[in-house]
Amino acid sequence: MTALQVILTGLVLLLCLAAFSCVIRTGKAWVRLYYGLSAIISTGLLIGAVPALLFSSGHPQTMILPVGLSWVGTHFRLDALSAFFLIVVNLGGMMTSLYGIGYGVHAAQPRRILPFFAAFLCAMNLVVIADDAFTFLLSWEFMSLTSWMLVMSNHRDPETQKAGLTYFTMAAFGTLMLLFAFGILAGADGGYSFEAIRGHSLPAWGGAIILALALLGAGSKAGLFPLHIWLPLAHPAAPSHVSALMSGVMTKVAIYGFIRIVFDLVGNRIGWWGPVPILIIGAATALIGVLYALMQHDLKRLLAYHTVENIGIIFIGLGLALAFHINGLEAGAAVAMTAALLHIFNHSLFKSLLFLGSGSVLHATGERDIDHLGGLIHRMPYTAFFFLIGSVAISALPPFNGFVSEWLTFQAILASPELPQALLKFLVPAVGAVLALSAALAATCFVKAFGVTFLGRARTAQAGTARETDRFSLTAMAILAILCLLIGILPTVAVDGIGPAVHQLVSAGLPPQGDSHSALSLIPFSSEKSSYNGLIILGFLLLAGSMTAWFIHHFASRVIRRGPAWDCGTPPESAASQYTSGSFSQPIRRIFGGTVFHAREKVDMPAPGETRAAHFSVKMSDPAWAFIFTPLNNLLEKTTERLNFLQFLTIRRYLSLMFATLIILLIMVVVWR
Amino acid sequence: MVNISADISHFLAGIILVTSFMLLYQARMFGLLKIFAIQAIVLSMAVAWQAYIQDAAHLYITAVIALVMKGIVIPMALFRIVRNLGIHQNIEDVVGVGMTMLAGVGLTILAIMVIFPVTTGEVGVIKEDLAFAFAIILLGLLIMVTRRNAVSQIIGFMSLENGLILAATGARGMPLVVEISVAFSVLIAFFVFGLFLFRIQERFDTIDVDNLNQYRGDRE
Repeated sequence: MTALQVILTGLVLLLCLAAFSCVIRTGKAWVRLYYGLSAIISTGLLIGAVPALLFSSGHPQTMILPVGLSWVGTHFRLDALSAFFLIVVNLGGMMTSLYGIGYGVHAAQPRRILPFFAAFLCAMNLVVIADDAFTFLLSWEFMSLTSWMLVMSNHRDPETQKAGLTYFTMAAFGTLMLLFAFGILAGADGGYSFEAIRGHSLPAWGGAIILALALLGAGSKAGLFPLHIWLPLAHPAAPSHVSALMSGVMTKVAIYGFIRIVFDLVGNRIGWWGPVPILIIGAATALIGVLYALMQHDLKRLLAYHTVENIGIIFIGLGLALAFHINGLEAGAAVAMTAALLHIFNHSLFKSLLFLGSGSVLHATGERDIDHLGGLIHRMPYTAFFFLIGSVAISALPPFNGFVSEWLTFQAILASPELPQALLKFLVPAVGAVLALSAALAATCFVKAFGVTFLGRARTAQAGTARETDRFSLTAMAILAILCLLIGILPTVAVDGIGPAVHQLVSAGLPPQGDSHSALSLIPFSSEKSSYNGLIILGFLLLAGSMTAWFIHHFASRVIRRGPAWDCGTPPESAASQYTSGSFSQPIRRIFGGTVFHAREKVDMPAPGETRAAHFSVKMSDPAWAFIFTPLNNLLEKTTERLNFLQFLTIRRYLSLMFATLIILLIMVVVWR
Repeated sequence: MVNISADISHFLAGIILVTSFMLLYQARMFGLLKIFAIQAIVLSMAVAWQAYIQDAAHLYITAVIALVMKGIVIPMALFRIVRNLGIHQNIEDVVGVGMTMLAGVGLTILAIMVIFPVTTGEVGVIKEDLAFAFAIILLGLLIMVTRRNAVSQIIGFMSLENGLILAATGARGMPLVVEISVAFSVLIAFFVFGLFLFRIQERFDTIDVDNLNQYRGDRE
């Protein structure tokens, strides 16, 4: 049995599981059994995909099933790139299923979730192994619809309804754009298998149009600015393990679509200007995503905006890879592509971890608003610890995995003077500066998220009486946290692992890892230029940290200090006097918020002698809505109002319209033959 | 005369096209019905000729169906309806007759320009026959669009149908089942139309479809 057959068998099993969940009762034991089975199948798929990545050696496995469109069939293909994304999808599927064993039983109506969960996993797998345009788009839509059903699981909430509508519209828009892209790729004679598409000749304008369509289509699913608007609405609305899948995994499948189209199908038929829009949009997405995140006080929405930021970082990596690849600078292309793929993998790990952690907090307290939380580190120590690891990893701090991939991205940026085009030479360092800024802001944001949620005193009774989550959920988070650390300290293993996928895309790889001094050093270009050794960093951090702790405890703690009394010696009773998320992010809001979000602070201070309370409010407007989507909505509404009279024509008028259309089409046929 | 069979089929198709033009300008109700009957009879002759030259026996059945249903039954029934309803006055045209005829000529030219390049490889009957049939279909649509009277709209629909049958029999290998089912669907459509005519006349004292519009519920 080939690996592809193993994968397809697993997918059939997932579909069976989805069907099975429609008939089972919704008792706790059944739900646990369901998630257990789903975890086992995902593990099987993961095990099937790993050798396909490591030992692919450039020979993809293909399979054609005689179903689907009669003249196309259903093509599947398992190459290194597909295998890499299969690992991302199924690792996420495995961990969220494991988490679901504990968390899924709390769902109010499990039947609204269970059938679609397995189908959603199956759909994401199908997208990455599809090898013709029809199968790809069908799986893509299947993925959109199943995830939409999961978002709508709590459909009576008006917020959820709004999220569902927005998501549905954006998903339809994205698929439409991809449909056009594949239409151009396939050409007039319609060879829809990817094999045929690679051999097609494109018209001169084809590369540009397809790049734009892929950015719109895959970008709307992945969450590129300004098409990200559905993400912060839809991801928090779903149950938390589904949020983890959507944010951590589905956005990656969208990026897979972009990579497959731009790097594989279009190949070398994009001009040197191709990376420019990718880099600009990526940088804008990264910066604006993290700024949005800083303004949030809803934990899951904050995480969703961070997904937007990380998608931006990944697209910066992809843009760099394309820039180097087009100019034949394969070493730089390999570094940038490795950075992008590694960041895809890393982000799927820590974003899943963070969403799972937020799910535990949500279940324990019933709150998503971090201004109603606080002090949870005492009530939920393990969750707090894992959430902290996820926060450190996403903030790109060593020795965790986020640092490795962002460091690699910066290495690629530092190689940009080799690029021959002046525009790129100037653009790439600017993008690097934006990237550095957003990385710092991300760290700020997670100091806020972790600090307000887990530190300090409990702000509400629910937060004060929260209980630690169950063992299954903790196990899932622990595994993800350990993986975050392992990739951080052993990056060479991960980089060697994704080597075949990088090689397939840019036909080059990183130099052999490890040098004479230390075997585990990550070397992007050459060991003289730069290298990173996670183990040494970890050792140094441990040593420095424990020495500092010892130093302080030994010399400082026992000495009695005298100083002015804090708060006159009587700290306020109310826990609301602590830092809130709004007060923590106020400096950032004052610096950036005024320009980006039109943030206006309003202080209503009572005059001396008045007894009413003072009020402080902040008004913000979302630039994506204010400048793009609200005008678009208005335009649509006006147009439909204008066209409304078409509802009330006579039958003869309708006939005349149809007749006129027919005649016009016929005339077009005659003229343009 | 090498190709007399093709010439005859062109001749018959041409007559049908001419009757279509006559339908287009004929303003009297009874005249319209008579011309429609003539068109159906010529159509059945054309189909029978196709059956003869293609040596396809089942086309004779189509010819008989066309003759009996469209040549005799439907015109007679419409005749009775018109007489019973007492609506044998003149028909109002929406566009002037001259404009309608010009549009008809334009549509015929368009049909020829569309069909001829598509069928360059074909030899013999099919090419011109298809062009004629297509022109008849377009003229039928034009009748439906330009007339406001329900009866003449039915006539337009039926004449469009005639064009379809002509196109179908011109091409070889059309199975009989298809033609029979088409014939029956037309018959059923006729029953529905007839029934509606009575109901409309009974309730609104007119069969001018534009007058019905004011009774639609969803109007703003």
